[in-house]
Amino acid sequence: MILNMGPQHPSTHGVLRLLLEIDGETVVRMMPDIGFLHTGIEKTCEAKFYHQVVPLTDRIDYLCPMTNNLCYALAVEKLLGLEIPPRAQWLRVMMNELTRINSHLVWLGTHAMDIGAMTVFLYCFREREDILRLFEAISGQRMMTSYFRIGGVALEPPLDFFDRVRKFADRFPSKVDEYEGLLTGNPIWMMRTKGVATISAEDAIALGASGPTLRGSGVDIDLRRDMPYTGYENFKFNVPLGKEGDVFDRYLCRVRELRESIAIVQQALDGMPSGPVKADAPKVVLPDREKMKTEMEALIYHFKIVTEGFAVPEGEVYQAVESPRGEMGYYVVSDGSAKPYRVHMRAACLANMQTLPKMCEGRLLADVVAAIGSIDIVLGEIDR
Amino acid sequence: MALAPAVTDIEQLKGHPAVARLVGWNRQAVEGVKFDRDEMTIHVERSAIRQASAVLRDDPKCPFNYLSDITCVDWYPSEPRFEVIYHLLSIPNKERVRLKVKLSGETPALDSLTSVWPGANYFEREVFDLFGVRFNGHPYLRRLLMPENWEGHPLRKDYPVEGYR
Repeated sequence: MILNMGPQHPSTHGVLRLLLEIDGETVVRMMPDIGFLHTGIEKTCEAKFYHQVVPLTDRIDYLCPMTNNLCYALAVEKLLGLEIPPRAQWLRVMMNELTRINSHLVWLGTHAMDIGAMTVFLYCFREREDILRLFEAISGQRMMTSYFRIGGVALEPPLDFFDRVRKFADRFPSKVDEYEGLLTGNPIWMMRTKGVATISAEDAIALGASGPTLRGSGVDIDLRRDMPYTGYENFKFNVPLGKEGDVFDRYLCRVRELRESIAIVQQALDGMPSGPVKADAPKVVLPDREKMKTEMEALIYHFKIVTEGFAVPEGEVYQAVESPRGEMGYYVVSDGSAKPYRVHMRAACLANMQTLPKMCEGRLLADVVAAIGSIDIVLGEIDR
Repeated sequence: MALAPAVTDIEQLKGHPAVARLVGWNRQAVEGVKFDRDEMTIHVERSAIRQASAVLRDDPKCPFNYLSDITCVDWYPSEPRFEVIYHLLSIPNKERVRLKVKLSGETPALDSLTSVWPGANYFEREVFDLFGVRFNGHPYLRRLLMPENWEGHPLRKDYPVEGYR
């Protein structure tokens, strides 16, 4: 029998359509059908100036918007050859890790809810509410902040911001203990996730999986540590690895990453350097608002950047970052004008989704939901 | 804003593991190299791409065992029009390399890399869907993102941004 797990389904986390050929309770074949959220972002980017693309990037992987901003900003800065001041780099690391925690909280809440543990969802969203208030304080927007710009970050954080982040960071590890107390040792959780939807390391590498999907099978690669960017080489953190490659190992990887991320945030708070938050490139970076209102040169630069953009030297760049889902890459091609010639987003989830048929074929129908949750799928990234 | 100039001389770049391996395997397959902004790009000849990727994947010294991305750029109206781009990563050595294949505008077709990496499947389907480049040997070459009955290839430069519908 062919069963349609349609695009509208509470457990597919977005508009994912799965065609399941089942024989009793066993899944014989699985075919994902995607494209329901395709909005042509890559085409739209070719019609906009480089700085106008930044809000578009927020909306691609909408659970970790600042990570998208970071990847695009790093790619364009590489094309331009811009040097970013240390304070901007450390702010980027701090907000990136808060975004990672944000994304993992959504993953944990929805994954647990799919499997049946409904309480965890509200606990995770309680912490997420605190982080969204922090994002609102720093940029004015809860989710699609566009806080990272080409050349640094948008604004200096408000005066009480670091105290609020520190209060959150002090409180958070005990909350992770709460989530683990509910799930990790829970016999029902272990029976539903141990040995379920396994994938071996060779299969995961061949299929292009990355992030916790790959690390859960024991492959030790994390782009923050191995190919560092935006100052990650100054931070000490561990990279959790799994062994079996089942749902439980991927769950443990991500929960441990929650703890590592909050440790990085605390290191960033302790060592935050002082200085400017934008690069010294008046033709690329918007001037301070107050300067723009009083100085003539700043006003002219502002006008030029907003209406004409800035020309980027010819070339191409592939910049990859470690998003909560894996390797997110931006391939930006410039032809020397003020609009990008081609922007391609390498979505971590598109490759991770290729592991789904391998994980689910020959196994039970009920495990499909656990498998989808364990690869942390976000359709915005897949469909763009 | 200090950008080092690009290096395109193959003699100077032979130190890079991917260049060394490909030049050692088949010098004819390498049409050009470029090292720009700390990234190595190798232009590979169209008929050699499948074997070249297998050679890079199985290289004992620096195995490029991970396919990061397959994408395409449309250089309309200049010829050769399409450029299919492969990004490879070596997980043990933490090295990246970019392979490029140039294709002409009429009937752009290429060998599929699904026999080398099964993970090339969806990337190649997306390039077929949005650019119209066919991949020979692909197990299921259908449209991925656009509806099945869509006409035209949206990411081509002669397709308007606003679309037709």
